[in-house]
Amino acid sequence: MAQGVAWRTLHNVLTNPSLLIPSLVFPLFFFTAFAGGLSNIRNVPGFDFPSGYTAFQFVFVLLQSAAFGGVFTGFGIARDFESGFARRLLLAAPNRVGIVGGYALAALGRWLITATVLTTVALLVGMNVGGSGVDLVGLYTLALLLNLAAVLWSAGVAMRFRTMQAGPVMQFPVFVVLFFAPVYVPLALLQGWVHGVATYNPLTRIVEAGRGLLSGDPTEVGLAYATGLALVVLFSLWALRGLRSAERAG
Amino acid sequence: MSAFADQVYVLGRRSVVRTVRQPANVVAPLLFPMLLLAVNSGGLKAETNLPGFPTNSFVAFALAVPFIQGALFATMNTGTDLARDIQTGFLNRLTLTPMRGIALLCGQLGGVVVLSLVQAAVYLGVGLITGVRIASGPAGVLTLFAFAALVGLAFGALGAFAALRTGSGEAVQSLFPAFFVFLFISSMNIPRNLIEVTWFRDAATANPVSYLLECVRSLIITGWDGEALALGFGIASVVAIVALVASSWALRVRMARS
Repeated sequence: MAQGVAWRTLHNVLTNPSLLIPSLVFPLFFFTAFAGGLSNIRNVPGFDFPSGYTAFQFVFVLLQSAAFGGVFTGFGIARDFESGFARRLLLAAPNRVGIVGGYALAALGRWLITATVLTTVALLVGMNVGGSGVDLVGLYTLALLLNLAAVLWSAGVAMRFRTMQAGPVMQFPVFVVLFFAPVYVPLALLQGWVHGVATYNPLTRIVEAGRGLLSGDPTEVGLAYATGLALVVLFSLWALRGLRSAERAG
Repeated sequence: MSAFADQVYVLGRRSVVRTVRQPANVVAPLLFPMLLLAVNSGGLKAETNLPGFPTNSFVAFALAVPFIQGALFATMNTGTDLARDIQTGFLNRLTLTPMRGIALLCGQLGGVVVLSLVQAAVYLGVGLITGVRIASGPAGVLTLFAFAALVGLAFGALGAFAALRTGSGEAVQSLFPAFFVFLFISSMNIPRNLIEVTWFRDAATANPVSYLLECVRSLIITGWDGEALALGFGIASVVAIVALVASSWALRVRMARS
């Protein structure tokens, strides 16, 4: 069941340029705008990221692409409900949890394509990687957890609202949580109320740990993984309750 | 009131009422730029420690961005509304009345200018509340309002042109990412002279959006900078004139087809 849903969703994305291109281009664009335009920030007193500003921004954009890969898949779920396909799927599925699993697999496949392109571009423009192979596996696994949490969040929303008009409800909270993490500078250099918000933002742990892993100086990795897993568990419940809501709606 | 002015007034009022009745069209141009301002002013405050940064208040530096970002939303709103008028047949019905087509354009853009002024008042209000002081004084505030209206008119006319050429709201919406690229590849987050990467600095220098931002920024941070004002008002005026001429032509073509 999950395999069938995943294959169909991925096939739709890969054969439709209007779905594929934005998910590839937007992360590259943000990477270019942040790493290219703001590289002088490495000269700000107190900025001491050893791998340089390109690597510093790469981690944020990689995690952002993972989160939005999940959200974009959520758009597809809402579209399936609008077209009536998801209702037929609910009728035909022997195990409906497999539907959610299939969408999650598709989100993972979709993000892996984006991550490959983004990583290749980052390496081509000379990004410094200080971390070992194990550190890098740790970084990409963190991103994978975020991708899974985001698709489960979006699936829960899509299955409750069952319309594309719910797109902003899926996207906006993810956007806010991501951008209230330390995007441009490390947490210690954030100032004012944004520093307070970022300190308690669960994404901050993941972003900071990801940067530590890329530079070969892992920090708070356990806490970041615990946060990622907690988000996955929380949004799994959210998605499954959304599935029940869709079942009740018929 | 002459018949033409009456038509413009009625259609302008329709444009404003239609926008107000769609909360997303009012809230998004106010909320998103303010959210980005909040995020950037906290996240990039450290940038003010760079040698040569023109102010020690990043909010003052970044306050120019909402003005231009708000205008991008004006483009989308105008274009989408006009495309809806085409898709629903309103424009076709208009051709059967004595109403002149150009009145539709003027009315629609009048509505955009009103919305731009409201947005400018909100952005300035937020800036003043957070401690920004306008270096050019009360006359500078009036100049900022005039600039916001001009930029709103220019971008609104671009949106109208896109709608009249394509007749599709989706096509107009698809322009948003392109405009967004112009915004990000500019001096939006850092002064051009402090951009280290050469190609990015060159792209920002060639990008007219940089000069629109720097015009607003000069009034807020520097005071009266003739060059920045001339470039900003000049570019906005050229875009407005070209877009108005193009959209008037597209309107004639569209109405001839109807």
